[in-house]
Amino acid sequence: MKTAYDVKRIREDFPILKRLIRGKPLAFLDSAASSQKPRVVIQALVDFYEKHNANVHRGVHTLSEEATNLAEASRAKTAAFIGAEKPETVIFTRNATESINLVAHAWARKFLKAGDEVVTTEMEHHSNLVPWQMLAQERGVKLTVVRVEMDGTLDLEKVKAALAKGPKLFAFTALSNALGTVNPVVELVKLGKDAGATVLVDACQWAPHKKLDVKAWGADFVAFSAHKMLGPTGVGVLWGREALLEAMDPFLGGGDMIQRVTLEKTTYNVLPYKFEAGTPNFADQAAFGPALDYLTAVGLDAIAAHENALADKARAVLEAEPSVRILGPKDPAKRSGVISFNVAGLHPHDVGTAFDLEGVAVRVGHHCCQPLMTKLQCGGTARASFYLYNDESDVEALGRALQRTLTFFKIKPGAGVA
Amino acid sequence: MEGDSELQDLYREVLIDYSRSPVRKGTVEPADLRAHGINPVCGDEIELTAAVVNGKLVQVRFTGHGCVISQASAAMMAEALEGADIPKARGLLASFKKMMLENAPVAELPAELETVSALEGVRRFPLRVKCATLGWNAMAQGLEGK
Repeated sequence: MKTAYDVKRIREDFPILKRLIRGKPLAFLDSAASSQKPRVVIQALVDFYEKHNANVHRGVHTLSEEATNLAEASRAKTAAFIGAEKPETVIFTRNATESINLVAHAWARKFLKAGDEVVTTEMEHHSNLVPWQMLAQERGVKLTVVRVEMDGTLDLEKVKAALAKGPKLFAFTALSNALGTVNPVVELVKLGKDAGATVLVDACQWAPHKKLDVKAWGADFVAFSAHKMLGPTGVGVLWGREALLEAMDPFLGGGDMIQRVTLEKTTYNVLPYKFEAGTPNFADQAAFGPALDYLTAVGLDAIAAHENALADKARAVLEAEPSVRILGPKDPAKRSGVISFNVAGLHPHDVGTAFDLEGVAVRVGHHCCQPLMTKLQCGGTARASFYLYNDESDVEALGRALQRTLTFFKIKPGAGVA
Repeated sequence: MEGDSELQDLYREVLIDYSRSPVRKGTVEPADLRAHGINPVCGDEIELTAAVVNGKLVQVRFTGHGCVISQASAAMMAEALEGADIPKARGLLASFKKMMLENAPVAELPAELETVSALEGVRRFPLRVKCATLGWNAMAQGLEGK
């Protein structure tokens, strides 16, 4: 029997949701930037430091063994969560930005030469654009950027055209952080593979909300970040195809990534440690496992259905105001729990400050997507993003905050479109 | 609206007026002084141009985009600095920064910066102080070597 989604009980698990912001209940609509943490994750951190703390992969004492086991258990859970057969193909980094940079350094700088081509898209987060620009500058690699349509989607014909010259790498986002556009990942990966490219998918906004199956996707590298999916900060993930990871040289040199060191020569450690130089962020890694368990227990499908329903309601609240312009796809199938919008005549920062006074936390600005903002002819947007713990009260608070903003700044219904 | 003493505290009426005023928007050509300010966090930008005659800023104009605070503050700065000679302009910039960043009382602001006292409420929103200083920092850069 299917049980109803119990958002009230879920909210009980997130202590921060009890906070008052300037005297108002917190309406946290900024999970796309970083999610809140359930008590089990917070408790896992406390438990780790109170009961198991010691450096990992070193020494033979009990604590070191326990710490190692906890961190490695999270690696195994991460692998299971994304359908990866081997836990050692899951590399822990600091964040998804580092994961992408790892590929740019350890893979691209080894295998790409001047004149080779990298293809990415105009909707990327800076973290999936700047590393390729740096590579292009340093190595004379050609960078091709697929333009985005005005509704914030990708035209697959334009993708095909961009891939026509047989690029070495195709790097794209599964889900736009700025607009919430859901990309057809499997199709895009296939286009890239058919063109002979190695394919990297930025799954930062996908992994917290939708089933990620690296085998079904067929990509070569997938990057995402724990802190957006109930986990602690400071843990990024790079999944890579084993043969590719084996062929790559280490990214950073130091402790943990070695097998044997003499003054003349070093042999490198096996996967995944080859890419995890230095003392890793093992306490946070240990607490990532419980976050994945929590997401699995609630169920990603149930979470997506819940947050999409709320986002639709919020969309209706915003659409009711003629002075509000919502950016991104009109097609509900291409949308997620993210709503990016502007108010006519108002800068997103002023919207964000006014909303904060109503307890409503939204992200404002360019969302680390300046090229996309330029394309859409706005300096930035306000972005409300929904997650498993949001409820109707958050939509109501959003409506109140909007009315308060329109009233205070004397935005008339006829102010036109932002 | 009820409770909006809170919003009024930050966004005084005069700020909204200045942010929407076209009076000092534009470009001086040819410009004797040119400066560019950007806030990388939000992408707000100010492009300043000024005409300097006999050591005096006779005309100050700006273009750019940004929030009420950054645009109003730039407009007030342009107004306050017009007519000032270079040392005076530097002094006004210093007084403004002292009020904004070091919490100096608005009563200590020189007469030329009287309207600027409307930015006092911004100090209670630390994340927005950078919006208020954007145009002034650009001008400080523009005055370098003058």
